[in-house]
Amino acid sequence: MRPERMVKLAVKNLSQYKLRAGLTMLGIIFGVCSVVAMLSVGEGANLEIQEKIQRMGSQNILIRSVKVPSDEDGGRGGRPLIAAYGLTYEDEADLSRFVPNLVAKTPIKRLRYDVRFKERRLQTDVVATTPWYLRVQNYRMVRGRFFSSADMEFGTPVCVIGTRLARMLFAGFDPIGQTMTIDSEAYTVVGIVGDIAQSELTVSNELWLEGENQAVYIPLRTYVQKRGDLFIQLSEGSGTFEKIELHELILTIDEQENVVQAVDATRRVLRENHKKEDYSIIVPLELIRQARETRRLFNIVLGSIAAISLIVGGIGIMNIMLATVSERTREIGIRRALGARRRDIVLQFLMETLILSISGGVIGLVFGAIIPMVITASTNVKTVLTFPAFAVAFTVSVTVSVVFGIYPARRAALMDPIDALRHE
Amino acid sequence: MSEPIVELKSAVKEYVNGSLRVTALRGIDLRIDRGEYAVIMGASGSGKSTLLNLLGCLDHLTSGNYLLGGEDISNLTDDELSEIRSRRLGFIFQSYNLIPQLNVLENIEVPLFYQGIPESAARVTAERLAKRMGLSSRLRHKPMELSGGQQQRVAIARSLVCDPLLMLADEPTGNLDSKTGHEILELIDELHAEGKTIVMVTHDDDIAHRAQRVVRFMDGEIISNVWNGEAKA
Repeated sequence: MRPERMVKLAVKNLSQYKLRAGLTMLGIIFGVCSVVAMLSVGEGANLEIQEKIQRMGSQNILIRSVKVPSDEDGGRGGRPLIAAYGLTYEDEADLSRFVPNLVAKTPIKRLRYDVRFKERRLQTDVVATTPWYLRVQNYRMVRGRFFSSADMEFGTPVCVIGTRLARMLFAGFDPIGQTMTIDSEAYTVVGIVGDIAQSELTVSNELWLEGENQAVYIPLRTYVQKRGDLFIQLSEGSGTFEKIELHELILTIDEQENVVQAVDATRRVLRENHKKEDYSIIVPLELIRQARETRRLFNIVLGSIAAISLIVGGIGIMNIMLATVSERTREIGIRRALGARRRDIVLQFLMETLILSISGGVIGLVFGAIIPMVITASTNVKTVLTFPAFAVAFTVSVTVSVVFGIYPARRAALMDPIDALRHE
Repeated sequence: MSEPIVELKSAVKEYVNGSLRVTALRGIDLRIDRGEYAVIMGASGSGKSTLLNLLGCLDHLTSGNYLLGGEDISNLTDDELSEIRSRRLGFIFQSYNLIPQLNVLENIEVPLFYQGIPESAARVTAERLAKRMGLSSRLRHKPMELSGGQQQRVAIARSLVCDPLLMLADEPTGNLDSKTGHEILELIDELHAEGKTIVMVTHDDDIAHRAQRVVRFMDGEIISNVWNGEAKA
């Protein structure tokens, strides 16, 4: 018998019981929908984490200065005039000597100052670093250039600004070549730098109109020559003096497999140099591993939930089909008497199951695609719709329902036609 | 008149009902020739329904042979029996047994559906038969919207759709008032006149008079076999 006639017959039969068919589909709809929605939320979260970690670079080791409460001084109640902590130039020198397979080191001072251009002013992050920083952060230049090793060498007062800052501070002007002040020191803008997401945009000229980078980047040498290492911060009337030589140090290792060894060396050097642990070591590679592990766990949990919901949907189908079969016993008897083979009866009921599950699956996919969009639109949580999520949810749900449909269909086919005909 | 359509040879049918063994047919021999109109009579439990189910290929013999149109079908598989039912047999039931969600034409087409005959060809045949049964104005109606007599006409049309070798009728007038029943019987007479081979189960003597031959059953055995009112061993 031709399949399209089976489909026609099945649709006709299903349309007899619209409410029932709809309720049966609901199980599949919810199953598929929840699986797709969960997967896309999970995928979105995963992507975001991956992106963040990737930006830190899997070959990098990040060392940050951390302020620790100074117990021996603070215990007596008197506040030290200058709080000195964190990474030092000595650390930098020692690390570059003792860490194996080191390709580059990027020292960073992270500061916060008022910046001004003409009468516009705002407070923003100032990053004093070396030219290598651009590479380590994987940032793209939008216009102009990053500062060079020559700028470092001579301590030239140049700066590179983030796209967002360019928009905010230089609206109506071309920032390149302009002079801006950073905490009343004059710097010349030589370039505009984007953040990583921007590299995906291809439109050439007005690229800097997008992007959220609001920092100013200046050569470390220039800053140190001007200001030294004492950082004065005025908060709530009372000033605190902080002496931090480096806020951050990024070590770049040649190969990923050498990172672990380098981390050990780094720990050893820093432990030797510091009495207190006024630093923290962040290894993106480890974070990636952790993220993968978390992801795996998440997948298992998600998979279980999905499996349960799909099985529940399948049981729903089986339940309804069993009811349908027993309700239509007489019809089965008639069809058998008029020449239907067992196979024809099995096919008839399986086709009904298949149509229920496919339509339920399709509706579920539609809702499963809409829900993440609504989530993204209303909560700013990133979601990603992936084809595998669709394919998995759909095929699993259809397979499950067909498997659960086999039993009722077989039961229908194995009925004795004489008994079935007599059935009231 | 000598070509046998149905030949039963020492046909035995036993049912196992729990630990109880019930013998419904005790080795009967029966021959029905082409064009015959035979009525089977007997009290309930006499074995006449069992006989009809066997003739209709809905059941297997416990022992003995059943030849339909010269072909021994005692040992055919379920699928082969299904095929015979769809191609060679026509059923008319007491309770019509139409499929409620299908309309008149679709009900008539069901046996053709299982023969794999294309929809358009089936539709032509179904329309022709429906018209012949006087159902022209009811082609798209569902069984629920028809009277009992009309429903039985649909069932007769359905039984004719495969041009059957043998027509089996199980108390076809049992659910009808006498006037409608009479119309149905006349239709069956008409079919007989056209040369159809008909076997009908009934317990109504008036109906039995119309037939050419009456076979009486009691306790799973044939107790009389009468042609035109005159006995013949």
